[in-house]
Amino acid sequence: MTAVIETEGLGKQYRGRWALAGCTLSIPAGHVVGLVGPNGAGKTTLLNLATGELAPSAGTIEVLGNRPAAGPAQLARVGYLAQDAPLYAGLPVADHLRLGAHLNPGWDAGMARRRIERLDLDLRQKAGTLSGGQRAQLALTLATAKRPELLILDEPVASLDPLARREFLQDLMETVGEDQVSVVLSSHLISDLERACDYVIVLVDSRVRVAGPVDELLATHHLLSGPRRDPASLPAGLQVISASHTDRQSTLLVRTSGPVLDPAWAVSEVGLEDLVLAYMRQAARPAPRNDHRHLEVRK
Amino acid sequence: MIEFHLAGRSGVAPYLQLIHQVRHALRLGLLHEGDQLPKVKDVAAGLAINPNTVLKAYRELEYEGLVAARPGIGTFVTGTLDGGSLAAHGPLRLELQRWLAKARRAGLDDESIEALFASTFRAASEEDIA
Repeated sequence: MTAVIETEGLGKQYRGRWALAGCTLSIPAGHVVGLVGPNGAGKTTLLNLATGELAPSAGTIEVLGNRPAAGPAQLARVGYLAQDAPLYAGLPVADHLRLGAHLNPGWDAGMARRRIERLDLDLRQKAGTLSGGQRAQLALTLATAKRPELLILDEPVASLDPLARREFLQDLMETVGEDQVSVVLSSHLISDLERACDYVIVLVDSRVRVAGPVDELLATHHLLSGPRRDPASLPAGLQVISASHTDRQSTLLVRTSGPVLDPAWAVSEVGLEDLVLAYMRQAARPAPRNDHRHLEVRK
Repeated sequence: MIEFHLAGRSGVAPYLQLIHQVRHALRLGLLHEGDQLPKVKDVAAGLAINPNTVLKAYRELEYEGLVAARPGIGTFVTGTLDGGSLAAHGPLRLELQRWLAKARRAGLDDESIEALFASTFRAASEEDIA
């Protein structure tokens, strides 16, 4: 299967600052990919490079095997929903659908109509007077009715209240179930995406910290706790993602391909949220190794 | 038709939760041979979870021989887990209730009862294996 997004050393520089650097990814088709990271990490930059709105300063990017926005055919294959669901505030819902039909060769009018009915939107209502949740769902309708192979959504639920957030994700998951479309969506909160995503990319400080299928990440990361120990003395093949210590105990989040056999450790599973947070924390302040004065002390 | 639910903070992977719920329903006789499981699309939309998660659960159940997918129609229950023991549930439940009442009279609280049951259960299973 071809990759939906394939990058090699991809970077983007704005006025001397790298918004994205050294990004090498290969995202297989058929996934719902969560792109997570704090605000300003480079998520929107990566998505804009994928849609072709930005050109790379370094490296390469291919989307569905082609250069992003290479031509009308390529544009038709990618649906994009920018942050805050941009719509024409003065135009009624019906005109948005008409616009969609005119601008997209593969427009599925039947699907758009069914979705609008299901969402119970009034065709005559102006987009500017819709609720935040309705605006997001109208924008999603426009992005999906063009029948793309890849749907790119930038922070689609960030501005929605919890109920609208759940409804949006229900709607999106139904679309994925019906159309087998690949999805990449970004959020600064992994908890928003935990149920929806089966592939995760963690982006912090303009760099990809970890990327992979959720099942695989959960299977290879473990939480170890045991008598206090210097992380540097651990066997090879055990990569420490985060460590905290008290005077007697060490708690480590590690990545390893094999089982942890040392009986001194109590091994437990890690949830996706804890896993992602550990990578974010690691990026925020790299822990100096072998220096006990700097080891974090916790109760 | 059963309805799935997810415990967000349980730490159990969502696909496993779905499998447990089907097995549980089979064991309690809430699902019978020939019953249809909710459609993948509907479960995904209802719980806002990835359709692949639902598919994974259904594939696993199929592998266990409990359900079968009929392409284009849906997934149907083909096996049973009660092992013909459903009829025995009633009397056993009654005995258990009597035992629980006895345990309470002896002054055991909920946690002690659970701990006693779990440790006895484990010891008995170990004897079975040995």
